[in-house]
Amino acid sequence: MDTAHEYEKIEKSAKIKKVIGDSITYILLALWGFIVLFPFYWMVLTSFKSYASYNGEYIPKFYVSNPTFQNYVSAFTTVSLGRYLLNTALFTVITTVVMLIVTTFAAYAFARLQFKGKNIVFVLFLALMMIPNELVVITNFVTITNLDMRNSFPGLILPSVASVFYIYLLKENFEAIPDNLYYAAKVDGTSDFKYLFKVMVPIARPTIVTIVILKVIECWNSYVWPRLITDDPRFYLVSNGIQEIRENGFGRENIPAMMAAVVVISLPLIVLFLVFRRTVMSGVSRGGTKG
Amino acid sequence: MESTVKSNLKAWLYLLPALLFLGAFMVYPLIDVFIYSFEEGYNSASQTSFGTGIYNYSYVLHDPYFLQALKNTLILVAITVPVSTILSLLISLGLNRISKLKELFQTIYFLPYVTNTLAVGLVFMILFKKTAYTDGMINFLITAFGGKSVDFIEGPYWAKMMVLCIYTVWIVMPFKVLVLTSSLASVNPIYYSAARVDGTSNTRIFFRITLPMISPMIFYLVITGFIGAFKAYSDAVALFGTNLNVAEMNTIVGYVYDMLYGDSGGYPSYASAAAIILFSIVLTITVINLLVRNRGVVKG
Amino acid sequence: MKVVLKNLTKRFPSRDKNHPEDVIAVNNFDFTIEDGKLVGLLGPSGCGKSTTLNLISGLEKPTAGQIFFGEDDVTKLPPENRGIGLVFQNYALYPHLTVRQNILFPLQNLKGKDKMSKPDMEKAALEAAKLVQIDSLMARKPSELSGGQQQRVAIARALVKMPRVLLLDEPLSNLDARLRLQTREEIRRIQKETGITTIFVTHDQEEAMSICDELVVMKDGVIHQIGAPQSVYDDPKNLFVAMFLGTPQINVFDGVVKAGKLYIGEEAVLDVEGVRDGSVSVGIRPEGFKHDENGAFTLKLERIEVMGRDISVIAHHDKCRQADIRAIISSESNIDLGKGTVSFNLNPRKVFVFDDRTDERLF
Repeated sequence: MDTAHEYEKIEKSAKIKKVIGDSITYILLALWGFIVLFPFYWMVLTSFKSYASYNGEYIPKFYVSNPTFQNYVSAFTTVSLGRYLLNTALFTVITTVVMLIVTTFAAYAFARLQFKGKNIVFVLFLALMMIPNELVVITNFVTITNLDMRNSFPGLILPSVASVFYIYLLKENFEAIPDNLYYAAKVDGTSDFKYLFKVMVPIARPTIVTIVILKVIECWNSYVWPRLITDDPRFYLVSNGIQEIRENGFGRENIPAMMAAVVVISLPLIVLFLVFRRTVMSGVSRGGTKG
Repeated sequence: MESTVKSNLKAWLYLLPALLFLGAFMVYPLIDVFIYSFEEGYNSASQTSFGTGIYNYSYVLHDPYFLQALKNTLILVAITVPVSTILSLLISLGLNRISKLKELFQTIYFLPYVTNTLAVGLVFMILFKKTAYTDGMINFLITAFGGKSVDFIEGPYWAKMMVLCIYTVWIVMPFKVLVLTSSLASVNPIYYSAARVDGTSNTRIFFRITLPMISPMIFYLVITGFIGAFKAYSDAVALFGTNLNVAEMNTIVGYVYDMLYGDSGGYPSYASAAAIILFSIVLTITVINLLVRNRGVVKG
Repeated sequence: MKVVLKNLTKRFPSRDKNHPEDVIAVNNFDFTIEDGKLVGLLGPSGCGKSTTLNLISGLEKPTAGQIFFGEDDVTKLPPENRGIGLVFQNYALYPHLTVRQNILFPLQNLKGKDKMSKPDMEKAALEAAKLVQIDSLMARKPSELSGGQQQRVAIARALVKMPRVLLLDEPLSNLDARLRLQTREEIRRIQKETGITTIFVTHDQEEAMSICDELVVMKDGVIHQIGAPQSVYDDPKNLFVAMFLGTPQINVFDGVVKAGKLYIGEEAVLDVEGVRDGSVSVGIRPEGFKHDENGAFTLKLERIEVMGRDISVIAHHDKCRQADIRAIISSESNIDLGKGTVSFNLNPRKVFVFDDRTDERLF
């Protein structure tokens, strides 16, 4: 039948269109994947090339013929990469823990407790969310310098603790917990403090995990404040460490060793991300932009 | 009566740590930065100033380094915000079309978000850099396709700006792709079914259904993109080192920090004035964005 | 436009790891919908009725079988080429477009020889809007309309292209009870006025009975019965159909047939000539009871509810499968509440006997 034939043609062309569209989509997505991955590939590759063979390649090679671990050894011995990592880990853990405590208490006060002036304080809080860090860094720099806290952990940590946004995020989450639970706990004679840690914190765990992840990423990558406040390499974090390595590093421009350092610095967060992939991604999409 | 006093006290006690931290490191600095910016000739060593006025602003606005930084920042914003927004939209549309390998792609695309900007910037640097030993990876590709090699790191201005833009886009893409993909996925598929039944072409579906429905998210990304690009700094340091003025690659934020500290530092007043100028620019653009957006919504 | 389904089958791959075999959503459907009829696909949720609708619309492709519109085999045709109008359960109105733009949308898609001029489009849109009586709301956004109005816009959008077949997916389920009554009359009127073959999906038997020319009763991907609403009600083919149709629900008893007589418990309640001996399921419609102090069928009386014209008698019986038996009788009957029991004779046309294993109708 004629119409049947025509219908078959319509069907066929629709199918061909879909196949072509799908193929183009996959090719372009793979291309972007390649662009994203290539720098990672290059840094790992270069980190296994020996100093001599790297500098001998006028045309860069895409493979490594004699892989060497020497660069990783130099990264930890010639420069104090181990110290930078330790500093950063310490900075990250302390900042995150203190931030979490401060944030939890403040969020609880806003979400659950009644007090005079609550609304006005909260509005002021929200207004602070619009203030860019760049504006307050200047005075903080002067403050910390005057307090003689340059090149010290308190100097690094204190200004990095407060975050209006995280308080806001957690407060919203706390508020979503039904009032009934609170009244039930009150009737049972539970104290506010106990209620906060036995009921609210466990219920709000996903949000708290989100906040922790965001803060850890932020701390691990923070550069500006540590750069301003430290000039003693004993207190460098990884970002400043890598900058130091670049400028005065291995006595000469030793790119393979530099790449080994870059791999070591990048690895912890990448591993963390791959393990908690879903949590990290959903946390970031809830939590806003980088930095 | 006593119990209200007590509960008030308790609430403030819970708030106290946050108030202390925010007061000391956000509210006080915020006020102080304005004071600094109007104190003329403030010297951080002697802690004295000549008087108050707008000299700091005038100095900054006439400083060639600031003008260079302003120019760089504006070019960076003008290029990276549209490029990254459109590119991320295309990628998200692609991701939303497929089901196989989707999670793998999403995971890969997100990787730059969790990397250290300074560290990975070095990789970009060596990819683009021309040294005595090698022209570098990118130049190898350029010459392979018959082009002429360029030093992207210490060469001509446009080449340096290009690398900076490429690296910035590479860094900001993960967040945009993530947000847009979930925003696209949250469009109720029933609208697409309805459109298909009516024989709507793909282009028309995109412009008449998809785009309007995700437009709030796109506006959000454009605004945060503007703010983020105006505050660019560490990407430039990663590529060109800390001496950005010499490299002609400084940004406004970089100028602020250079005024504060480092070889050219010690001038918190100039730094404050520059920071406030930056903040005013960002605020103005955000407000304009919001106005345009509201007009767009009313017009429907 | 006549719609014919031939051996139509749709399988979905199973998502349950413990049961990896395919889910059969539509199993070997065979039926014909005559031109200009309003047909309801009726069944409990998960019975495959929405899948059937999606197959007819072309949004899903069948695993096997064919679909004809008139003489055309449209099985492989994409939805946009089938000439159908589809109204979605939650309307799928584009929230950023006005009512007018929503109705115009399908017309603006037309290409080639079907392309319409702007004034023609406006005219068609206005006509469609008038048909569903929303022509005064053209400038509004969907969010500014009530549920019933949104429903009308969705119908106008589906009708504006003058489709060959109109498909409605649970068109009334998002409306409140009062609007539902009103809107179903409205759908009936619009269908009569346009004469477009209309197929709609519902799980509400009352809704289906009240407006359909023909009912298709489905369960678990299988058609159980097709026919005019009254004939399906009066003459159910199996226990499921008997139980699914009718409010209040039919009363079901365990019974036994012996020598042409139907026993429930000890009592012979009805003559059932020609039915084989053995245990059976018995369905008695609430209106099948006739009050008679000396009736053959005695129940334990629980209470009565007076509903004006009728009385609803609530009673118990050991052999009844439901907790309560409900009988609807004329309010003129005198029931002695003190006695504790109540007796009935049965109307043979309202009593159905089913095989107790296959549930197929025996009488």
